[in-house]
Amino acid sequence: MINASLKQLSAQLAAKKISSVELTQLYLDRIAALNPDLNAYITVNPELSLAQAREADARIAAGKAEALTGIPIAQKDIFCAKGWLTTCGSKMLHNFVSPYDAHVIGQFNNAGAVNLGKTNMDEFAMGSSNETSYYGPVKNPWDKTRVPGGSSGGTAAAVAARLCAAATGTDTGGSIRQPAALCGVSGLKPTYGVCSRYGMIAFASSLDQAGPMAKSAEDLALLLNVMAGFDERDSTSLQREREDYARDLAKPLNGLRIGLPKEFFAEGLGNDVGLAVQAAITEYKKLGATVVDISLPNSRLSVPVYYVLAPAEASSNLSRFDGVRYGYRAPEYVDLADLYEKSRAQGFGTEVKRRILIGTYVLSHGYYDAYYIKAQKIRRLIAQDFSNAFKQCDIIMGPTSPSTAFKLGEKGDDPVQMYLSDIYTIAVNLAGLPGMSIPCGFGENAMPVGLQIIGNYFDEARMLNAAHQYQLATDWHSRAPQGL
Amino acid sequence: MTWEIVIGLEVHAQLSTSSKIFCGASTAFGAEPNTQADAVSLALPGVLPVLNKGAVERAIRFGLATGAYIAPRSVFARKNYFYPDLPKGYQISQFDLPVVGNGQLVIQVPAQGNSPAYEKTVCLTRAHLEEDAGKSLHEDFHGMTGIDLNRAGTPLLEIVSEPDMRSAAEAVAYAKTLHSLVRWIGICDGNMQEGSFRCDANVSVHKSGTPFGTRREIKNLNSFRFLEQAINYEARWQIETLESGGTIRQATVLFDPDKGETRMMRTKEEAHDYRYFPDPDLLPLEISEEWKERVRATLPELPQARQARYVSELGLSVYDAGILTASREMADFFEAALNEAPGHAKMCANWLIGEISAQLNRDGLDIAQCPITPQQLGGMLKRIADNTISNSGAKEVFRTIWTEGGEADAIIEAKGLKQVSDSGAIEVLVDEIIAANADKVAEYRSGKDKLFGFFVGLAMKASKGKANPAQLNEILKRKLAG
Repeated sequence: MINASLKQLSAQLAAKKISSVELTQLYLDRIAALNPDLNAYITVNPELSLAQAREADARIAAGKAEALTGIPIAQKDIFCAKGWLTTCGSKMLHNFVSPYDAHVIGQFNNAGAVNLGKTNMDEFAMGSSNETSYYGPVKNPWDKTRVPGGSSGGTAAAVAARLCAAATGTDTGGSIRQPAALCGVSGLKPTYGVCSRYGMIAFASSLDQAGPMAKSAEDLALLLNVMAGFDERDSTSLQREREDYARDLAKPLNGLRIGLPKEFFAEGLGNDVGLAVQAAITEYKKLGATVVDISLPNSRLSVPVYYVLAPAEASSNLSRFDGVRYGYRAPEYVDLADLYEKSRAQGFGTEVKRRILIGTYVLSHGYYDAYYIKAQKIRRLIAQDFSNAFKQCDIIMGPTSPSTAFKLGEKGDDPVQMYLSDIYTIAVNLAGLPGMSIPCGFGENAMPVGLQIIGNYFDEARMLNAAHQYQLATDWHSRAPQGL
Repeated sequence: MTWEIVIGLEVHAQLSTSSKIFCGASTAFGAEPNTQADAVSLALPGVLPVLNKGAVERAIRFGLATGAYIAPRSVFARKNYFYPDLPKGYQISQFDLPVVGNGQLVIQVPAQGNSPAYEKTVCLTRAHLEEDAGKSLHEDFHGMTGIDLNRAGTPLLEIVSEPDMRSAAEAVAYAKTLHSLVRWIGICDGNMQEGSFRCDANVSVHKSGTPFGTRREIKNLNSFRFLEQAINYEARWQIETLESGGTIRQATVLFDPDKGETRMMRTKEEAHDYRYFPDPDLLPLEISEEWKERVRATLPELPQARQARYVSELGLSVYDAGILTASREMADFFEAALNEAPGHAKMCANWLIGEISAQLNRDGLDIAQCPITPQQLGGMLKRIADNTISNSGAKEVFRTIWTEGGEADAIIEAKGLKQVSDSGAIEVLVDEIIAANADKVAEYRSGKDKLFGFFVGLAMKASKGKANPAQLNEILKRKLAG
């Protein structure tokens, strides 16, 4: 049951082979047994989950089930969910019970899905290893001495360890794709604006995008069908006709032109990762695709550009956490300035503070043009690189992350080394393009390797098609860590 | 060389939308604290702003009414600073790309002492959309501060003038004209007590022919009187400081109306670095020609155009036309009354500027609260014009309408105020007076012209005040001539 696809689960529920309550309880039991060690969830609330499961069972009984009705989905703790503790991995929100639902949560609720719990994450989604969480690091289910990646590390670990049927993540610079790669699961960051950001706690507004994480591309398509959609409460949400992201899954890949950016296969790429990715490309050729060499000349600037723009937006987005209205407030203070300083000094962790400082600096009078404006200009060049590349190819492939999962604590003292683990994913966010990661083998220490697939704007269906055809021909995605 | 005062004003006009600029919460004034603070007003984690099109439309109206440039693309920016009544830790405003730029406002500066009234054009640098902050309540909570976020997110149009004004009188005239205009075009209720229209004044002094001096900004002036007092005090203070060898440092100051003084709030060195940057939660604001034209079609005739029309079409003096167009309510009242008594614009203007304004003033009312409707006034004017009532009769009718209500015709009937316009009846009456006062008639005829008034008085008394004065004069004159 825990290895079943969403389609299979839905069929089981429809056939009354299992009820949503039973399925939910099965996962709750697994969480109770395995989560104390893995730390993938920050909050489980069986009462709320089972209430939703009972509603789902009634809906199924009434013959009004949709594709995800009754299926237990884990939600990254960045999404506000009514009645749920919503911490964003921070002490700052250690006591924040959301009074409202994020749009994405509302979409799942409307579809009759069960909210199984809130998954662990890097604090305010700032991190690539899940080690910045106030609630402690998540362990990689493939090797518990290693990181799961981040910031959606709790989600990736929960999917890998089969602690949920599927889950959500968010991706600002690689936060879905990198942990998906490091945990051997599939994850998709849609085109910016496809999923509403309403109720998703903001890190860097112009880059943040929600997306699904699951065991397969087919599951991702079903999840995205629920998550996507215009929302008038998010001014950057795109008003487009609804589409069925699963519509092209079965298409053969004959004639698909795959672009391989030379910059993604250069120095810095782990040998084991490179080999697994090349093997995947070979597989694609067998499936009928052709390969073209392309160049993304400005992609080398994406990490520095990102570490100007994302902290700039974050420094402002996180100003609302001031200890005045909700969340953490220092127990003792002498005046207003002291209230702010102490609440923020005690409520935020080191990485968050580092980024607030960087962001405040680059927006400061006298530095703004040199950093923020310049970074915006380079951002446009990076987007231009992609649009040039898509004149030569239909889809771009490469590694998701330069290495497989590293050891817990290994990069803790060196933020720049940590930032470089997103070197292949960040440019996609800067351009607003859709990107995904699917398992494509194993590297050193038998840790999973992720293949990154980048599409043109709104090409999610084509990317899912490419991923699904690969998953029909290979079984990397159905491998699960042992001993769980 | 004499000192010259240089003034520029920044006015915050609260836009009259029923909901806030970036969310659906109500903007109504006076509700219980925090009852109009929804998730967006509270800046809960994850909420996002959505622009209220009504606020944009009002900005467009303002731009059109001041002949300004309306930017086809403007950008919302975040102004970052911490304050408890600023829930997001930043204010959404517009910075380098405002929605409105380069407007003009023609002001009438009233006569003062020996200097006559004059007209002046003040240039508007820009007008931009932004959200208001909430309120910190320091008085009601001992040792603590209460926060009321009802006002947080209320739409404001910040209207910035060039430093074009040279006296407090000009600044006040500008502020009053602007105040009248925003109400005229229906974008702001202008209620200064409730903070719907607030002025900041940038004041500097210099000697003519030399560069402008260093300015100090007086914050949050919420009446025209305070504006005038604050500028006069500040300019005098700056001149005295300079004349005694001091220098002016750029600063923000507050006006204390009780002491009539300005005092330092913060210097330039202490000013915040607001770290403006484009708000990534909002797309650039795009205003199409088509949208602009749609708004233009709903714009009322503007005060200046109306004033000109009253002069050219109705034959009013520029002065009278100016008073009648000082507010839209006054102008609309005038036109509605005139509609009842067509062709009597001058009489209508005289009554509005004279008797009605005086009564309103005495009762502390404005024209919108006038106890007499334009229809009631027009009904009375019609009866003056067709000689049904004399001026004294009209005053009686007016007093009655003001205090008791009713229509002119009914009052004239009930009080018997209809004047006698039957020339036969008046002739009989005059004949009787001439017969009864032969001695006085003789005196008159021998050249004592002043006695004419005596005969008028007698005749009026005899007619119980109802004789048509013009007719009476004519008949008396003829009969007395013999």
